[in-house]
Amino acid sequence: MAEKLNQKQNFLKGIIKDNPVFVMLLGMCPTLGVTSSAFNGLGMGIATLFVLLMSNIVVSLIKSQIPAKVRIPAFIIIIASFVTIVEMVLEAYIPFLFEQLGIFIPLIVVNCLILGRAEAFASKNNLISSIIDALGMGIGFTIALTLLGAAREILGSGSIFDLRFVSEDANTMILFILPPGAFIALAYLTLAFNRISTKTS
Amino acid sequence: MEYIIILIAAVFVNNIVLSQFLGICPFLGVSNKVSTSVGMSGAVLFVMTIATLATYLLHEFVLVPSGMDYLRTITFILVIASLVQMVEIILKKVSPALYQALGVFLPLITTNCAVLGVAILALGLENGSLLKAVFFAIANSIGFALALIVFASIREHLELANIPKGMKGVPINLLVAGLLSLAFLGFTGLV
Amino acid sequence: MSKKKSTFLNMILALFVITLVAGLSLGYVNDLTKGPKAKAKLERKVNALKEVLPTFDNNPVEDMRKIASDKAKDSIEIYTAYLKDRLAGTAVIGSSEKGFSGLVKIMVGFKPNGTIKNIVVLEQKETPGLGTKMKDDKFIKQFRDKDPSTYNLKTTKDGGDVDALTGATITTRAFGEAAQMAYDVLIEHAKPQKN
Repeated sequence: MAEKLNQKQNFLKGIIKDNPVFVMLLGMCPTLGVTSSAFNGLGMGIATLFVLLMSNIVVSLIKSQIPAKVRIPAFIIIIASFVTIVEMVLEAYIPFLFEQLGIFIPLIVVNCLILGRAEAFASKNNLISSIIDALGMGIGFTIALTLLGAAREILGSGSIFDLRFVSEDANTMILFILPPGAFIALAYLTLAFNRISTKTS
Repeated sequence: MEYIIILIAAVFVNNIVLSQFLGICPFLGVSNKVSTSVGMSGAVLFVMTIATLATYLLHEFVLVPSGMDYLRTITFILVIASLVQMVEIILKKVSPALYQALGVFLPLITTNCAVLGVAILALGLENGSLLKAVFFAIANSIGFALALIVFASIREHLELANIPKGMKGVPINLLVAGLLSLAFLGFTGLV
Repeated sequence: MSKKKSTFLNMILALFVITLVAGLSLGYVNDLTKGPKAKAKLERKVNALKEVLPTFDNNPVEDMRKIASDKAKDSIEIYTAYLKDRLAGTAVIGSSEKGFSGLVKIMVGFKPNGTIKNIVVLEQKETPGLGTKMKDDKFIKQFRDKDPSTYNLKTTKDGGDVDALTGATITTRAFGEAAQMAYDVLIEHAKPQKN
């Protein structure tokens, strides 16, 4: 990526063309694991966005100081630090979300999306491009998780962002908040996304 | 008895891939052939067991006594990453045959969240002990192997099936995974 | 990209500096969030107490008693609440391992005469949409103002008085068992005054 990327394209690629979830299939564990409601998906998306943004900034700033052979361990330490910060802040200020996301918070470390962007983009580009790349990818990831969470919550609990639109006695498709529903809902969302993105381009 | 329950729970009831969603990347990535999925499962069994042993000891004897529990995530991932490297180097020297079989999968395992996930989950076991944590890791890697190998054999058959164009590739794989997960849901309440 | 050569010294130095900075900043953030973390935990407990107990003006968390029991793995916590130095109510944490996915932990608030004031679910791993409905007011409502000495905490299927949740009989049984445990502990260690 030697030539200067058009920044608008740089931002948009993460949302549509190279969407981390629907197109690149990165970070699938949290995508499937925490999206039993729209709120959880949004929370996970924002937490990941923060770590991605911060690690891209730091990696881009110190890229010339890191010897090539140890760059991966160096990136991992940087990412793990920000993940731990997110973990502590969530536990202190949003304990409800901390409990809901559970083990998937420390597992942000091994979200291939973050290490992938640090290695493939931030270590080769300047600060501004890296920030825009992280924002695009992070927002693309957040949108995907929120969409999946919303779809599962609507079908499975008959509510959206905890607002019920069916009566408490109504039988909803509980399958969709159970593990199989995660795979099935994502299968159809990917199908729809592919269809829309091939039609528009 | 307690150990049998851990085994059944990890393999069937709370299958690490199909109901806990850990290790989805290799589950979707290296499951196109049964032979590769067997190799991957072997590598995961190996690394997960050693990694859990190392991280459990580190947590019990270094992090907790020194009150630096908050460094858990960062130390665990470093231990796992360096362990994978070391296993690779040692295997190459000691057993070239095993290296041939597992070698290509080892670098992929560092970012396999199942390894870090099990290492963290093993800390939270009731009445935990080192033995129990290691057994938990072994049980979970068997669960991982089961899910991966069953999924790979379905995918091999799927190659020949007549699938609608838009469903080809990722969507149909996810759908199959969903049905597999549904089948495993039948085990809930077993223990 | 990297201008630094990968000499042994450079590699060690770079990793050392990064780890040092990471460790120090994490320690700093840990210190910053330590207070709020403890506060958040306490607040949750106090909020649960406020929900299950009648109005009180003491600090039940300070007056907490821990009682060892052979029924529960951990010791059972009893919180006593006072209003103007008179007993206002008692909250007991009951648990059962027999939920659909293991542990169900609830806090049961009792009035001074031993009837149930309210119940909140503290910990559970039950099936979303089925077992988790035990948190709903619709289910908990049936326990309010009931005296467990006359109100049988088993499900109607087992000859008790509790209407089971649809599709979650096992969860309901565990819930009832946890409530029974809380009541047994209350009778044994904090005798209610019958009028």
